[in-house]
Amino acid sequence: MLNRFLKKLAGTAAAVALTAMALAAPGAATAKTDLTMYYPVAVGGPLTSIIDGMVADFMKENPDVNVKAIYAGNYNDARIKALAALKSGQPAQLSVMFSIDLYELIEQDAIVAFDDVVKTDADKAWLKSFYPTLMENGTTAGKTWGIPFQRSTIVMYYNKDAFRAAGLDPEKAPATWQELVAAGKKLTKADGSQWGVMIPSTGYPYWMFGALAMQNGQTLMNGAGNATYFDAPATVEALQFWKDLGEKYGVMPKGTIEWGTLRKNFLEGKTAIMWHSTGNLTKVKTNAKFDFGVAMLPASKRRGTPTGGGNFYIFKKTTPEERVAAMKLIKFMTSPERSAEWSMKTGYMGISPASYQTQKLQDYVKGFPYAAVARDQLEFATAELSTFQTGRVRKALDDAIQAALTGAKSPAEALGEAQATATRLLKPYK
Amino acid sequence: MTNMGKRRFSLPTLLETIAAWGLAILWISPLLYAFWAAFHAGEYAIHFDITAPLTLDNFREALSQAPFLRYGFNTFVLVTMLLAAQLVVGTLAAYAFARYRFFGSNVAFALVLVQLMITPEILIVENYGTLAKLNLVDTIVGIGLPYMASAFGIFLLRQAFKSTPKELEDAARLEGCGMFGILMRVYVPLARPTYLAYGLVSISHHWNNFLWPLVITNSVETRPLTVGLGVFSAPESGVDWSIVSAATLLSVAPLLIAFLLFQRQFVQSFMHAGIK
Amino acid sequence: MTVSRDLMRHVHGWLLLTPAAILLIAFTHYPMVATLIDSFYSKGSAIRPSRFVGLGNYDSMMADPIFWKVLVNNMWFALGTIPVSIALAISMAMLVNQTLPGRSFLRMAYFTPTILPMIAVANIWLFFYSPYIGLIDQIAGWFGLPGHNWLGDPDTVLPAIIVMTIWKEAGFFMIFYLAALQHIPPELREAARLEGATRWYFFRRVLFPLLMPTTLFVLINAVLNSFKLVDHLFVLTKGGPDNASNLLLYYIFESAFSYFDTNYAATLTVVLLALLAVMALAQFFVLDRRIHYR
Repeated sequence: MLNRFLKKLAGTAAAVALTAMALAAPGAATAKTDLTMYYPVAVGGPLTSIIDGMVADFMKENPDVNVKAIYAGNYNDARIKALAALKSGQPAQLSVMFSIDLYELIEQDAIVAFDDVVKTDADKAWLKSFYPTLMENGTTAGKTWGIPFQRSTIVMYYNKDAFRAAGLDPEKAPATWQELVAAGKKLTKADGSQWGVMIPSTGYPYWMFGALAMQNGQTLMNGAGNATYFDAPATVEALQFWKDLGEKYGVMPKGTIEWGTLRKNFLEGKTAIMWHSTGNLTKVKTNAKFDFGVAMLPASKRRGTPTGGGNFYIFKKTTPEERVAAMKLIKFMTSPERSAEWSMKTGYMGISPASYQTQKLQDYVKGFPYAAVARDQLEFATAELSTFQTGRVRKALDDAIQAALTGAKSPAEALGEAQATATRLLKPYK
Repeated sequence: MTNMGKRRFSLPTLLETIAAWGLAILWISPLLYAFWAAFHAGEYAIHFDITAPLTLDNFREALSQAPFLRYGFNTFVLVTMLLAAQLVVGTLAAYAFARYRFFGSNVAFALVLVQLMITPEILIVENYGTLAKLNLVDTIVGIGLPYMASAFGIFLLRQAFKSTPKELEDAARLEGCGMFGILMRVYVPLARPTYLAYGLVSISHHWNNFLWPLVITNSVETRPLTVGLGVFSAPESGVDWSIVSAATLLSVAPLLIAFLLFQRQFVQSFMHAGIK
Repeated sequence: MTVSRDLMRHVHGWLLLTPAAILLIAFTHYPMVATLIDSFYSKGSAIRPSRFVGLGNYDSMMADPIFWKVLVNNMWFALGTIPVSIALAISMAMLVNQTLPGRSFLRMAYFTPTILPMIAVANIWLFFYSPYIGLIDQIAGWFGLPGHNWLGDPDTVLPAIIVMTIWKEAGFFMIFYLAALQHIPPELREAARLEGATRWYFFRRVLFPLLMPTTLFVLINAVLNSFKLVDHLFVLTKGGPDNASNLLLYYIFESAFSYFDTNYAATLTVVLLALLAVMALAQFFVLDRRIHYR
């Protein structure tokens, strides 16, 4: 009797223990790593669902990692939100943020260099697998802090139908500033129903201006992020040209041009040429009811555009396990296959030569050659304006550009003031 | 009023009617446009063609691009929780000010009224720091907390309580009601119009509040509709008015429908809250 | 006995007040003091900790052209919105206070902007103002007028923002006038009519003075709003071009949350608090006068 009872008891105990083990086991075997990632969206289209899809694919392949991807708004919002979360002790292991947030993030001691995270030689080789131009904004002081993800350059979209109507060769986009002005004059209609060209000057004026300055042979800042060249003669000349498009040549509306509504203006035929991010390519392709072309930006002394867009960063406050998982995720998202897919869906560029080697992107480019313009333009590209105190320095330049374009100040005066502000802000970082 | 009827067809009245209607149409034109853009395909967003086909695609698109249902739920939780807290906190404080002449009550009341001027949105910078210390950044409670004690609510309820006849309180006391009994059985029921008025004002204010929620929320789980909409429709991503209009209508629909159904109460509530 | 009851009264009073007091101190009074203290410290970062700089932030503020610009903008914004929205509010109230056809529709139409979030309608107004493709320019086009870059021209951007704000506020203020009008005895108008007074005379000499307390109340609210309403800037202009439409609270937001310079933001907030304090005093006297009217 007692024996039986004991046996039963032992049996129950064993069963309980087994169940407990069984319950505990999956947890122990696949200790899940949780990652929280913020990301911005700066161009049109269902980018959030594309990213969600990619993250879901990643989790399917890596069941041991659980990723929470949070759409944080525009680039500015994403930085604010990620840093705010870190400050208030909320989890965030990695984020896609503006490539030019680099110095701010370093100053806040928020991020860790990839050189300190990668261990194997394969990883080190991976760091070198991207287009070097795209790495410029992510490297400083000899280290790599950002991995390119949603990267773009500025390209020139033009309305071929409008070109034909104006007697211009639709297959030959303006390649120099002079040609741009000449074409613009032919394309501008006197009644204001169609302008020659629009270059947006709200939202990211400094970015567009980086292109004009580069075309005039001048970069806007040094590699250490503590000096700017806003008042260099070539910079002033570039701003003068931008202003002249409206005031002297009359091929662009005067005043500032809204970044957000420009695409609509182009699609509605209110401007024959627009300069915009490659990130709009897919949206333009889907919605244009006319024959359109995409070309590199024209040259003054040379061709030029800044790169733009977002990089992956890993935050400092992370455990080694989280860093490993974050690296896995970043590698997945930036792999040639994914990068190709991302590029096709959005218009952002493939970030490595390998992504353009993939079959699907090759096929895509064959059918739609404009998808490769951004890549081809990379050889003329330079880093986007990024310094310490980026927010304030940017604002100084943005304000100067807008002041010049709206006629409140002369380009030399406006840029001189911006340079003075920047110099004062950057003094402590010399 | 009766003599107005006689003048119905006089010239000034006709002119006034035209002016009034013109103004009204001007005033709802943004809403009319939102309806137009939301229910038509993208190419009609800026071309007005009465024969354009209607569609629900923009709503589908908006819902697929951003979790508006979740945002709506967050807003609902926020305004309900906030109103409940405001009513409890406000009732207690108003009762104290209306019926207890306690030590320092005048100074305390003046300090409460400071918040009529210095509303929480002006103090976003410091309040953000406080909530970070409390570990309440990116929580719905965190959005509501700075607003839970509302000087406006305390002021309104105090006025209402003060106008409650003292005899009713005495009668209740004779029946053996305690402090809370008197409050709940006498003061609160009699102040019902004030509660309704304040409730509607509070709900519409917080349904529409943007700056502070923008600062304090980071994620989909906490974002109210306004912030969700702000993030969704940021012009950086290229404005698509059809989808933005659909999203806008989704965000304002609950409040707008409530307003249309209970128009009289809304207007009267705002009036009631205003004249006190 | 009486002493202890007296004491209980104080205790009860304070107990009832406690929840409100804690919340108000934590989120209104404490932050006001903390703002002042923070304004004496420099911006801190992980590399450079914040340190006491005395009036240093105030010096930079005085030398900051953007600060002066937003202050002046705020003044124009207030001057532009307040008189017009009050005049419109009175007109609307008087219109819907009589038996016009469709009165309840009219009242609803005027009031609707009050319950719509600024951030949502800003996008619609962006469409109205959009150059060449926007509604205003389309309508201008019918009359052969050229398009105008409303938000891109520093001369028109603030007026554009002002118009939108008037649209948002007039209906809200109308409510207060409507309430006041309904308390004015109809015999007054009758008497004025019998005396042969014109409607304008009646309005100027009878109605408007009677509405004065409401006007003062609305005025205070309107001035307050002119400092608090910045939601639409996030969508419409971000303060541009070249700060032509930037307002103080938006600049505070930018400084604190875009440049992470909470200390400079605190310094700007001190200015805002000082301005509001001046108005609080004004309101104190205004409320005083209102009581005399009653």
